[in-house]
Amino acid sequence: MAATTIATVRKSSVIPGFGLALGVTLTYLSLIVLIPLALLFWRSASGGPEEFIRISTDPRTIAALRLSFTTSFIAALVNLVFGMILAWILVRYEFPGRRLIDAVIDLPFALPTAVAGIALTTLYAPNGWIGAWLQPFGIRIAYSQTGIIIALIFIGLPFVVRSVQPVLEDLNREVEEVAATLGANRRQTVRRVVMPALMPALLTGFALAFARAVGEYGSVIFIAGNSPYKTEIAPLLIVIKLEEFSYSGATTIAVLMLIASFLVLLAIHLIQSWSRRRYGDV
Amino acid sequence: MSDGAFTTARLHGASGIHFRPVTMERKRVRLALILISLAFLALFLVMPVLAVFVEAFRGGWPAFAEAIFEPDAAAAIRLTLLVAAISVPCNLVFGVAASWAIAKFDFRGKALLNTLIDLPFSVSPVIAGLIYVLMFGSQSLLGPWLKSEGIQVIFAVPGIVLATIFVTFPFVARELIPLMEEQGRGDEEAALSLGASGFQVFFRVTLPNVKWALLYGVLLCNARAMGEFGAVSVVSGHIRGLTNTMPLHVEILYNEYQFAAAFAVASLLAVLALFTLVVKSVLEWRYADEIAATRRH
Repeated sequence: MAATTIATVRKSSVIPGFGLALGVTLTYLSLIVLIPLALLFWRSASGGPEEFIRISTDPRTIAALRLSFTTSFIAALVNLVFGMILAWILVRYEFPGRRLIDAVIDLPFALPTAVAGIALTTLYAPNGWIGAWLQPFGIRIAYSQTGIIIALIFIGLPFVVRSVQPVLEDLNREVEEVAATLGANRRQTVRRVVMPALMPALLTGFALAFARAVGEYGSVIFIAGNSPYKTEIAPLLIVIKLEEFSYSGATTIAVLMLIASFLVLLAIHLIQSWSRRRYGDV
Repeated sequence: MSDGAFTTARLHGASGIHFRPVTMERKRVRLALILISLAFLALFLVMPVLAVFVEAFRGGWPAFAEAIFEPDAAAAIRLTLLVAAISVPCNLVFGVAASWAIAKFDFRGKALLNTLIDLPFSVSPVIAGLIYVLMFGSQSLLGPWLKSEGIQVIFAVPGIVLATIFVTFPFVARELIPLMEEQGRGDEEAALSLGASGFQVFFRVTLPNVKWALLYGVLLCNARAMGEFGAVSVVSGHIRGLTNTMPLHVEILYNEYQFAAAFAVASLLAVLALFTLVVKSVLEWRYADEIAATRRH
């Protein structure tokens, strides 16, 4: 029985172990990811539509979600610009310390978020290393929305670089030479020949940085100040609801976050496939 | 026509004529881009790491040692090691199984499975913690039964392990799947035709082919497992000496204004991160050769 169902799922192969490998994969995936996530959606719906609407239209929920998505968007934009420049210099230029910089880019992946959070707060607090310099000008970074953006720039930094880098390495430079021989100056070549080819990779990096930033908790809570309506991000509000034993509150906000992230990623995916059709796959 | 249009030739004193290729920006632009990048990295990467170590050693060695060997800190370090020691092998077995199924076979729903494996990357760590509270907490369906059996999952080590497994779920699979897909099935089929058993094929052919990628995935998985904060924070209950991992201990010390102690524990995590980066870079240099080797044959 089991053998026949496996045979219908899989095309024939002489390599053994398909049943075992797929079995382990699906069981583990279901137990760790799928069943718990399904339970989240089921629990958020179990309070009934009125409860769901009441929590999702609560001004504090809306303020937190808006803050999370706007700060993540700004941070991802900053990372898009600097990530592009970083990928460019790492692939195209030779300079001392290039390999070191290439290695250091991944630091935000390796450094625990709580460590990043307290370090950034120490730098940008009003009496901190950098904060003290900005204080006389009335610029406040820690305990404000700017602080949240700084933390989100940190954690999202590698995504754009690592998405663009391999594509830029594979890019055929002869196309750029052709553009130059046809009379394009360097700026025109970069803008009209190179950038369209990098567009899908840039968008992928942007989407990854954005998705990571929306969910980020550890690095933000230290630097944010966490005052309701002003600097309270959505993941923090989930934690607060949970500490108040408001399970319906926590699950509703979690579901809203997941749906909103999904819509943003879907939109980016659509733009990506449009730009692939427009400029061709690279 | 502007001067950037074609290859520009310039006289450089006695050294002769220097050409700038058409596919290269002007020196001024190059220098500016490099300087902007260096400034950006100095501000966002170097300064924070530097701050961790400077603050950690502000009170000198004795204060640093005291913060690390103090019983609660030692308990947090032990718990972090324990959690990583359970969750990393679990994800290792899963990663190998998933990449074997995906890379060595064709089946319906493969693309969907590939997408689902990445799902934990786009779920907030806080939500990762929340789903296990909903599953095993006192309010859950399983709650009363777990209580009668005397099993505690939430606010205990099992919950911390589960939340850590969730957030580190895709790491090993993500490293293995692309490499194993690229290597194809030829080697395995050849070994089988020569009479090797399934296990011999896996341990003698497949595993040596992917060992560096596997190590790399395990390393990233481990770094994240030891450093995870959000997910663990939701399920831990923050009981000192019992359910506090290192990142949670850092938070508690920081919120109690014990900054030097907080940074001392944080510096251990920062050392782990730097160590991970060093090994990762070394592997990448070797691993790049290895991929080139697999492309050759």
